[in-house]
Amino acid sequence: MTDIDIEPTDTVDARAAACPGPLMDLIGRVRSAAPGDVILLLSDNDESLTDVSEWVDETDNELLALDESGDDYGFYVEVA
Amino acid sequence: MVDRIAILGGGTGGTVLANDLADRLAAEIDAGDVEVTLINDGPDHVYKPVWLYVPFGQREPADGRRPLRELVDSRVDVVVDRVTGIDTDARELALRDGPGPLAYDHLVVATGSTLAPAEVPGLAEGGHDYYSESGAVALREELLSMTAGHLVLSVVGTPHMCPAAPLEFVFMADDWFRERGLREDVDITYTYPIGRVHGNANIAEWARPLMDERDIGVETFFNVEAVDPDAGTIASMEGTELDYDLLVGVPPHRGVDVVAEADLGDRGWVDVDKHTLEAERAEGVYAIGDAATTGVPNAGSVAHYQAGVVARRIASEVRGRPATATYDGKTLCFVETGMDAASFVEFDYENPPSPAPPSEKLHWSKLAYNEAYWLTARGLL
Repeated sequence: MTDIDIEPTDTVDARAAACPGPLMDLIGRVRSAAPGDVILLLSDNDESLTDVSEWVDETDNELLALDESGDDYGFYVEVA
Repeated sequence: MVDRIAILGGGTGGTVLANDLADRLAAEIDAGDVEVTLINDGPDHVYKPVWLYVPFGQREPADGRRPLRELVDSRVDVVVDRVTGIDTDARELALRDGPGPLAYDHLVVATGSTLAPAEVPGLAEGGHDYYSESGAVALREELLSMTAGHLVLSVVGTPHMCPAAPLEFVFMADDWFRERGLREDVDITYTYPIGRVHGNANIAEWARPLMDERDIGVETFFNVEAVDPDAGTIASMEGTELDYDLLVGVPPHRGVDVVAEADLGDRGWVDVDKHTLEAERAEGVYAIGDAATTGVPNAGSVAHYQAGVVARRIASEVRGRPATATYDGKTLCFVETGMDAASFVEFDYENPPSPAPPSEKLHWSKLAYNEAYWLTARGLL
């Protein structure tokens, strides 16, 4: 169970994808998203922990929350 | 009742699989109990790794082509036609030129990758590539005439064929210009979409110091937004812009339309169980090589190993036994680090790569494998 109370605008399921697949799937969705949208990225790859946070630091997008409560990671990214 | 096995695509995966099945099921095929059909949209089998060497004048495109019928066991029915529809409920393939639908009991999708440069504005007009035969030939002309300026190698899309090839290209270009006494007049920059130079962290940590030693510029977090061929610039969504004199782009890739239309997965890739290689959205369908979303690199060695697994699974199914063969993610790659040195990596789902120190011996091993590849396609190696 997660206690994150964020309703994503869109969900990107990148489970089973190898790096940089999950981040690239997220970036692809960010390209077509509107400012303020929240995209939930699902990934089961540990490298996503660094990839996603590094990329949002590099851009104006924001990592609102990281859900580590299940078998997979859930990244809630707000589009700048 | 004849068991009909259809293989869609005559690249490495499809060809190795066809020959493996012909060998494994020879008795059943000879008895008329099994039919194996390989459908390809052209008469030739193409060994794409040759294209890396074409721009440097070391290979000709013809070195990577052989007639498919020469490579495939005579027990296999080779059909040169384009599949225009996959009906996974009726288990039929629609053919563009064929007399009617082709029915199957077991289907293996081995349709590989296609290039989609049009997804990025200006890339098709402004960029060159070595991921197609025509692209490699055109790039050769550009490289041969380049004596000074800025060469930019940009990894625009991932996943793409041979994840090591962009690194190989800049290492080879660096060495090639040095040998010709031009390196001081040619700047080389490599761009990658994420915060390191390769998707795999181990390979990235190995490659980055080599790039720094050789004065190969690096731009990470570079997700290409657009190319302006007139201005000679390439811009990223992160806000970086580079001027180029010669742009070598690794374009976005996708699968084939017929797979997308059959709803076997997204962008023409087939969603599969990464161990059994069975399609997740249809019964009686497998996918191998680039067409299968297993998360491992789009590489010939992957297609080769996966073909062996699927051959064993289908043979078991034909014989009414449980299919137990599984794919463990095994991948082998030689990685050129110059014109006369190469590294080697081997990894699987559980064990990460550990690149070998570059050596001349490994370079010659890679060239020897390229020559011996035709034995692989025939199922002999």
